Amino acid sequence: MSAEKLALTIDGIEVTVAAGATILDAVTQAGIETPTLCFLQSLTPVNACRVCVVELEGARVLVPACARRAEAGMKINTNSERVRHSRKMVLEFLASTVDISTAPALQEYCAEYGAQPQRYGPKPATVAQPVKIDNALYVRDYAKCILCYKCVEACGTDAQNTFAIAVAGRGFDARISTEYDVPLPDSACVYCGNCIGVCPTGALMFSSEYELRASNQWNETEQKQTDTICSYCGVGCTLTLHVQENEIVKVTSPIENAVTSGHLCIKGRFGFSYVQNRPEEGDDVSA
Amino acid sequence: MGWISAGAVNYIGERLTVAPADIYGVATFYALFSTTPRDPKVVHVCDDIACIGAGAEEICAQLETSGVTWQRSPCLGLCDRAPAALVIAAGESPSATALAPADAAAIWDEVGSNSIEPHPATTHVGGSEQRLLSRIGRVDPESLDDYRAHGGFAALQRAFELGPDKTIAEIADAKLLGRGGAAFPAAQKMQAVAAAPARPHYLVCNADESEPGTFKDRALMEDDPFALIEAMTIAAFATGCEHAYVYVRGEYPLAAQRLEGAIAQARAAGLLGNLEIELRRGAGAYICGEETALFNSIEGKRGEPRNKPPFPAQAGLFGKPTLINNVETLVNLLPILIEGGATYARVGTAQSTGTRLFSLSGAIAAPGVYEVAHGTTLRALIELAGGVAQGRRLQAILLGGAAGMLLAPQALDLPLTFEDARAAGATLGSGVVMLFDESADLEAIVRRIARFFRDESCGQCVPCRIGTVRQEEALARRDFSLLGEIAGVMRDASICGLGQTASSVVESARANLGLFAERPA
Repeated sequence: MSAEKLALTIDGIEVTVAAGATILDAVTQAGIETPTLCFLQSLTPVNACRVCVVELEGARVLVPACARRAEAGMKINTNSERVRHSRKMVLEFLASTVDISTAPALQEYCAEYGAQPQRYGPKPATVAQPVKIDNALYVRDYAKCILCYKCVEACGTDAQNTFAIAVAGRGFDARISTEYDVPLPDSACVYCGNCIGVCPTGALMFSSEYELRASNQWNETEQKQTDTICSYCGVGCTLTLHVQENEIVKVTSPIENAVTSGHLCIKGRFGFSYVQNRPEEGDDVSA
Repeated sequence: MGWISAGAVNYIGERLTVAPADIYGVATFYALFSTTPRDPKVVHVCDDIACIGAGAEEICAQLETSGVTWQRSPCLGLCDRAPAALVIAAGESPSATALAPADAAAIWDEVGSNSIEPHPATTHVGGSEQRLLSRIGRVDPESLDDYRAHGGFAALQRAFELGPDKTIAEIADAKLLGRGGAAFPAAQKMQAVAAAPARPHYLVCNADESEPGTFKDRALMEDDPFALIEAMTIAAFATGCEHAYVYVRGEYPLAAQRLEGAIAQARAAGLLGNLEIELRRGAGAYICGEETALFNSIEGKRGEPRNKPPFPAQAGLFGKPTLINNVETLVNLLPILIEGGATYARVGTAQSTGTRLFSLSGAIAAPGVYEVAHGTTLRALIELAGGVAQGRRLQAILLGGAAGMLLAPQALDLPLTFEDARAAGATLGSGVVMLFDESADLEAIVRRIARFFRDESCGQCVPCRIGTVRQEEALARRDFSLLGEIAGVMRDASICGLGQTASSVVESARANLGLFAERPA
């Protein structure tokens, strides 16, 4: 970003942003909340979900706020009938296709925009499919996948440069896949878990969380989050430990952390069991 | 052989240093590729809108019990000779043979034979003002000498005399608008690329003619391929392009073969100068006709469109300034340079200059490619092709393609210009004029078009990926109350023109023909 400033109008409010800022930056600066699903500040915008669309005066179609750069003199409307309609329809399309039970943000947007996903007939096509459990660390439940591309980006050049997964297929059949859909242990996956960190719907989930949820013991409101520094190497990544009943159930890293941008490696993400490898009564701990 | 195995994916990955997951993602994107074992010879049977009216379903039914490996295909661009099929054989000497009109017996013969020669194409060519089509049928498409004997490369000579700036000025004087559907001023694009500081500049010819009902670019490429090569050389010269690509859809084997031959001969004769022209073939994806999806496809990626801006003239192929034009747009450069832009602009109307190619098919007496001056009415165009077949009553006209509109016969007096089409809420699109007589099941035609968009959506953005499915479902269960709302989000919020137009035919069928009407509550 350069020092150059440019002014634009958002819902009648004049906003000045630095050159290079997106419409989303400007809208946020104007104090207006915008729903986003495929956007994350640490990843390159793919503008695929289209829930952040806004109306740009003079443009034939709506524009994605997350990816479109602000230009001087733009007049943006974030709350027009067209904007609200498109956002509502995108949310209805997703909620009628995808299991959104572990996607709280998406549920909130649906409520806010009055989405009625049940309108699409008794048997709309969905992405329902069995959950993939092929390793000890995390599960992939693509029935919950909205195809936001975030995991692919995090696995690729935006974070990990591992390229274990990509989008395969086309159209409604498009899905996140390893080559030939091989199980993760046969793929290039290094289990950094950065895909889990960016997944907005819970399609990618720690096995520990998945199992607690399955046995109805997952209790997010009772969980305590504690920040610490990873003890494995000298990089100094900040870890956020999610603790329920004195057990670590999940590890994340704050997205705004300068060291990690929210990304970790397999050790920081999953190597926590030694912490709770507590001596049992009768163990000799003197050595 | 004939499919992409896991070993092949790994091998490609090693050679290109690309991850196997990415290669699998690309391989599963294109309809002509298979990642599961199949026969080396596959019959692609067109069951799109022109061919279903000509017996495609009967062919499918016969093939079903024949033991032949076959699959349904969207429009093969052979609508003038419907029903159509394409036999693609993989192997050491791969081949592709178009059969049109096709029947099960001919397909069976072709599958059993070892012929590798594509059948010659014979397109009915006509029109009141044949300029782009002037050489077709008269010139040997495989002979550079014959092309030159018919005035070939005189336009390039003229461009060299004028120099790049004046060449673009002639095109500006001609007021040439792009023929790909968006009707953007051609000279304006060329100026932007010519002035772009980044290097290299690329020229891309969009020859991915996949709009159902369209085959006029195929006729140009098959029967006058040197004209396109000359036009590309002029465009590259004018805009300082070092490297050019022509992206031909995978379903056009003869066009690809003729262009390869023309490029080789023109290069050998030194007519291309330093310009490198490479031919790239699609592999079954309508979306790759969208310019930024086409760039991604040339780059070896999935054919997913990019968000615009940046526009191709700023950052196109490989992120560099790129001039991209459709075949017909480029071929128009030849008459512009030969007769001068101002003279060219006298043909047609003030806003829509020059001639226009139309692909006429369906219930028309003489299907084929017709060239008329802009401003000719739809009725006059149809009369040039002999009117409705067998003197039947006209029920509807598809104008512009699957992304165009269905019109009632009352629209026959529409002058065929960009401005008149726009004023009528229609589009000339890719120049499709497909007629449906009283016997046609128009609702079935519209449902087929809805299926086409579901099949061809790349899947990247939610409005199109899911909207095309919800639209098809709503039509199938006759719940028409949702159609308008689905159309709204697809038109407003899709990334590219595919999603933005995926509801056009459905909406026009409701507005113009009274189909799919909501019953009063």
